Amino acid sequence: MSTFPSRSVAVRLGRALLTAALLASVSAGAAMAQSYDKDATIRIGSLYEPQNLDNTAGAGQGINEAFNGNVYEALFQLTDTGSVEPVLAADYKVSDDGLTYTFTLRDGVTFHSGEPLTAADVKYSIERVTAETSKSSRKKSLSTITGIETPDDKTVVITLSSRSISLPYNLSYVWIVNDAATDITGTEDGTGPYKLAEWRRGSALSLSRFDGYWGDAPTNGEVLFQYFTDATALNNALLTNAVDIITSVQSPDSLAQFAGNPAFTVTEGASTTKELLAYNDRVAPFDNVKVRKALARAVDKAKLLNSIWGDYGTLIGSFVPPTDPWYVDLTGVDAYDVESAKALLAEAGYPDGFEFTLDTPDYDPHPIVAQFLQSEYSKIGVKVNINVITANEWYTKIYQAHDFQATLQEHVNHRDIVFYGNPDFYWGYNNPDVVKLIADSEAAATVDDQTAKLKEANTIIAEDAASNWLYLYPQIVVSAANVTGYPVNGLNAQFFAYDIEKAN
Amino acid sequence: MPNEGLPILAYTLRRLVILLLSLLIAAMVLFVLLRLLPGDPANALLGVGATPEQIAAARAQLGSDQPLASQFLHYLDTLVRFDLGTSFVSRASVLGEIGNRMAVTIPLTLLGFLLALVIAIPLGVVAAVKSQTWYGWLISVVSQLGIAIPVFWLGILLVTVFAINLRLLPSGGFPLRGWDNPGEAAVGMVLPVLTVALVIAASLLRYVRAATLDVIDSDYIRTARALGSGFTEALVKHGIRNGSVPIISVLGIELASTFLGAVVVERVFTLPGLGSMLLLAIQQRDYPNLQGVLIVSTLLVLLIGFAADLLQRLVDPRLRERARGAA
Repeated sequence: MSTFPSRSVAVRLGRALLTAALLASVSAGAAMAQSYDKDATIRIGSLYEPQNLDNTAGAGQGINEAFNGNVYEALFQLTDTGSVEPVLAADYKVSDDGLTYTFTLRDGVTFHSGEPLTAADVKYSIERVTAETSKSSRKKSLSTITGIETPDDKTVVITLSSRSISLPYNLSYVWIVNDAATDITGTEDGTGPYKLAEWRRGSALSLSRFDGYWGDAPTNGEVLFQYFTDATALNNALLTNAVDIITSVQSPDSLAQFAGNPAFTVTEGASTTKELLAYNDRVAPFDNVKVRKALARAVDKAKLLNSIWGDYGTLIGSFVPPTDPWYVDLTGVDAYDVESAKALLAEAGYPDGFEFTLDTPDYDPHPIVAQFLQSEYSKIGVKVNINVITANEWYTKIYQAHDFQATLQEHVNHRDIVFYGNPDFYWGYNNPDVVKLIADSEAAATVDDQTAKLKEANTIIAEDAASNWLYLYPQIVVSAANVTGYPVNGLNAQFFAYDIEKAN
Repeated sequence: MPNEGLPILAYTLRRLVILLLSLLIAAMVLFVLLRLLPGDPANALLGVGATPEQIAAARAQLGSDQPLASQFLHYLDTLVRFDLGTSFVSRASVLGEIGNRMAVTIPLTLLGFLLALVIAIPLGVVAAVKSQTWYGWLISVVSQLGIAIPVFWLGILLVTVFAINLRLLPSGGFPLRGWDNPGEAAVGMVLPVLTVALVIAASLLRYVRAATLDVIDSDYIRTARALGSGFTEALVKHGIRNGSVPIISVLGIELASTFLGAVVVERVFTLPGLGSMLLLAIQQRDYPNLQGVLIVSTLLVLLIGFAADLLQRLVDPRLRERARGAA
């Protein structure tokens, strides 16, 4: 008995020493990390307010920005560098025929409501996206799924009708939602590092740190998305310290007030937004490859990009941005050359040019681009009639009815070259070789094989001048100089907030 | 006296019937006009990549595939039950959303209007009474300038001066918790209220000045002065009641235009009011939201006119006589 107290003292002493050592190391860490406030509120200014909080109910790109990776997580995540990493899937196996995927879920994950993550939640979440009433633009890419089985709480087995090498990528859009949550248009129940604190429509949405998060805690305490309808008002908010970050600068003129000012940081990342002149390839004269190539060569795209964005942005020779694995530099295929454009037009049977109507969405930069094209094409005898339409009309007239000759549009999505493999798509490009290559690339057994096939498809669409790819938008994030750690590429409009640090 | 109360009551009832009829006609015109706009609400829900089946399903769900007449009947049916429906896009209750937005737009309108009165009435009277002096003349010129300035431009100007250069006030925005955070909400309202007030004051001032000039030149003021009243006494005793009759109907119109001005100013200052709801609803062809905002705005403007008419009759016995004759 007598040994007990002394042992207990020794233990206590040991604990005390350990605690002291821990405290010392914590305070040392705190001293080193004193550069940022771990409970800071990060105020993010954005032009993209979500319309509701459900990404399968037409919420718009704003919901990806606010919720992907922050409030909801998926089996996989498309990271800011473009790689696809497992998140809620701890591990997965693919059968030899590529038709069965077996996912093992991560342990210790709970929803914000406190319920644990189970295989049933995953099944429910995938079926939400593939449901008949789903308005997810990704619904079609999951159409090869024929069955979802849940042999136990931690295992999900997905069977496919044909190989789908992009399945992990496509699953990165499928939020894992608690199956007890029915309507999530105004509320949420996800597994992410933040939970929804409050949302005021037309104004702001706030997220607060979720203490039960399975992974690393965010380096800030709260995130406030402030929504603006006007780019100038958004810039003013950053200038007057009402927000800390602008997720995506859309007014080139405003960059001058931030660039070169030490109070702000301007970062140009890689974008996936392509500005293009899309012809209706079904109708004359745009069904003629020579006409399309002539129109591609007649535009000085470097001058266009410079006049809109100055030194920012990138020229592209096709629909594929440099961040996609199947990027090939194709800017030389139909390089700027007015004389050869005229010659091609003559060969095509239009020595005196022709006239066409360009349906132009009424928002920036399309009207400016339309005027530029009008002046460039007048040099080869082609007359452009500009018809201004609203974004909503664009969908009805062009996207749905295919009732147009040519149009301007910005295409924002990552990995969207697959649209050229769909002859029913609005631009009506139909090359059987490309259709086959794109279908085969999805059924490829290896990523290398997929990449090779898409590179080939990419080269063909450029040779065919399927559309006129004018330039790749820059992705510019501007922040106050004391704020760091935010994503710079914003792929698919995502904006992960959990690594953002705000210095005191 | 009971004799006198009756025609006013009859007038009120008649005016109320006119108000309801106007509202019904407005509802019909709005409904048809909105449907004439090209575009489809289903588009706001779906992006590039949507399949034709998804588009058809969305149209069926929204009811935008139904014939116009049956859509209108359904709309009227819900309207008489004070049900403005739920938004196509956000799925939130339209009435609830309008209520939230009113918490911004109504204070902005009323405070802006009040400030405009405070500026316009004294300055307008001074400009009339002292029309021969240099400052009377200056007030007129400045007010003329004020009328020429578009309200959003003035807003941008005030932001540049007070928010960006002087850093005295926020450039826009409204606190997340609204009026639960009264200090911040009030500070956020200063520049928007000032913008609305200055523009409205400029045009009000001219009416006040004109009405005062009329009164000054009138026979009854001359008579009162001949009977020994001082100028100020005559103006206060006889001028205010007489001069206020035309002013009241102008005030009704000006209050309505303050409301419209507030809707524009909200965009400049990023305020979550009816204006931003309206603009978004137009872009998305979100008919329930669009109709909701427009019908509520129409009702407000009609009510303001109604109140102004009644007030005029209470102030001016001659109009009451005319109302009795008509009844």
